[in-house]
Amino acid sequence: MALEKITNISGKAVYVPGDDIDTDRIIPARFMKCITFDGLGEFAFYDVRKNEDGSDKPHPLNDPRRSDASILLSGSNFGCGSSREHAPQALHKAGFRGIVAESYAEIFFGNSTTLGIPCFSASPEIIREIAAAIEADPDAVVELDVENTTIRCGDKTYPGELRESARGALLSGKWDPIAELLEGVDQVEETARKLGYVG
Amino acid sequence: MPKSLFEKVWEAHTVRELSAGQTQLLIGAHLIHEVTSPQAFGMLRELGLKVRVPERTFATVDHIVPTDERAEPFSDALADAMIKELRRNCEEFGVTYFDIASGRQGIVHVVGPEQGITQPGTTIACGDSHTSTHGAFGTIAFGIGTSQVRDVLATQTMAISKPKLRRINVDGELPPGVYAKDVILYIIRKLGVKGGTGFAYEYGGEVFDRFNMEERMTVCNMSIEGGARVGYVNPDEKTFEYLKGRPYCPKGKAWDEAVERWRDLASDSDCEYDDVVNFRAEDISPSVTWGITPGQGVFIDETIPDPDQVDESQCDSIIEALEHMKLKPGAPIKGTPINVAFLGSCTNARLTDFQEVARYLKGRKVAPGVKAIAVPGSMGVGRICEELGIDRVFRDAGFEWRGAGCSMCLAMNPDKLEGDQLCASSSNRNFKGRQGSPIGRTILMSPLMVAAAAVTGEVSDAREVFGVGSPNLVEV
Ligand code: SF4
Repeated sequence: MALEKITNISGKAVYVPGDDIDTDRIIPARFMKCITFDGLGEFAFYDVRKNEDGSDKPHPLNDPRRSDASILLSGSNFGCGSSREHAPQALHKAGFRGIVAESYAEIFFGNSTTLGIPCFSASPEIIREIAAAIEADPDAVVELDVENTTIRCGDKTYPGELRESARGALLSGKWDPIAELLEGVDQVEETARKLGYVG
Repeated sequence: MPKSLFEKVWEAHTVRELSAGQTQLLIGAHLIHEVTSPQAFGMLRELGLKVRVPERTFATVDHIVPTDERAEPFSDALADAMIKELRRNCEEFGVTYFDIASGRQGIVHVVGPEQGITQPGTTIACGDSHTSTHGAFGTIAFGIGTSQVRDVLATQTMAISKPKLRRINVDGELPPGVYAKDVILYIIRKLGVKGGTGFAYEYGGEVFDRFNMEERMTVCNMSIEGGARVGYVNPDEKTFEYLKGRPYCPKGKAWDEAVERWRDLASDSDCEYDDVVNFRAEDISPSVTWGITPGQGVFIDETIPDPDQVDESQCDSIIEALEHMKLKPGAPIKGTPINVAFLGSCTNARLTDFQEVARYLKGRKVAPGVKAIAVPGSMGVGRICEELGIDRVFRDAGFEWRGAGCSMCLAMNPDKLEGDQLCASSSNRNFKGRQGSPIGRTILMSPLMVAAAAVTGEVSDAREVFGVGSPNLVEV
């Protein structure tokens, strides 16, 4: 189960402003009536993108110039609330491969990393500056350098932050921990026995 | 060296350090529900793996179950497919399943403690962010994503970074009519919805010492609303008393030995915390939210914030919230008309929640035009309420008395807000669209405040409506 080493993500970007964007907002609960994650992409941010009759609301994600964006920019505490992995799954299926936000809720951060989506943090000033740059030039490419935790946009390079455990896991191709967890079975057995969890 | 409970449990459950620096942590009990598990079982099949410890894995169905017509097949085909999938997965992998027929079905965070699966000093994982609830028992309990559900199914462990530890003390005496729900809403309001990111919360102080187990669960439940993935209270005699005799607890001599062990778990009095926060119980009043995050709250006698009166950084989020809530800046929150009253959810749908409300609701009527529903957190809670005649009090008042499930907390079943209905709710999240209608509105509050709103048809002060704490108590 060797995984791809994720060193670099680049592509067009879209800015969804706001703090405390919760996972109910990213994928409303009614779309979780499913037994696979397939098909979630089209429902990402559904209720803020669509009117009740299914027509489009004005929203950055409905902007045709950003339909092929692969990097999402947002505010602080992104992905708070429900632990639903459906949220990063929906974003991934909608084509997003990297996120830059001021900060993240913890469960969302972990879920995203496990899917190989780097979640960079950056200051509000940097995010606003990149947002302005992609507003001026919607084709501008934003690049997340996982090795150096920097964010490039146009000819500018900004400092980003990425928790070391996530950075290491992405760079070494161990962002999905299942293989390594399975390798530890003997020790699991031993710990369980010590705690009286066996039998 | 003196240690916190968290430290003791973490150390005991550490299997090893992983290469990227996370810990491989052993999970004592794994709880499962129908929404976040099917994909995990799918991944197991793809990888050709089994459930490693099926006897420590327990499933129930809560999010999608109807609370009125509960016989299968459900009228909603998607919900029916989900419940069938859960049954198939439990059968195939040998997992214990508390379905409706078992009589033990309910919200996973009500069922775990009720069955005695939740025990002090152990670790629990569940694909649900309110897993922090189980911390009320001195359990270290984590909400996890679906890939982690797969990890725990396959290995009984997960990869996780160790959080820091913050002690939150609430000392003094809560005024009458102020409940555990008000305490946690207050804590979230003070520390912020992201204040707990990266922390586990240890709650303590005189208020928590006095709280019964269900009150402790209410607070631990909403830790995640303050950003903390884990919240717990040190176990004491109340903890052991609550658990004694429950189906999955040890019996006889094994029980005595377990209690002996559990007595050593509490944090040592001189242990170190990364942070300590102190609150006074007397400063807390009955609380309600006015916005679209659980941190946007006020006391019942306060006014709705005015974006013109606050610093600029908060301005946008207040405007966005008030626009959604259709509330007027600067106006009192008290008197806001409601359409729906919902008493339920894993925060506040346990026996003592219904008991406390029934004391005051007796002889009162739900206001005309208000839809009021009471949804027990588990079939077990429902049964006891029915034996005690508590359901009658609710029915006589005009509440619909329903079967157990998450219901209108997130409206994945038929219980939903319609249009821009405003709901007085004992649940835990007031996010936009949370209760099933994209433009629906939620005001979070304690169960007794929900009852007060139901009776008056508007957001009200339960202390006034029911004379709580006054010498001429209206209680019948
Ligand atoms: S009652 Fe609400 S918060 Fe609790 S588990 Fe169910 S949906 Fe989640």
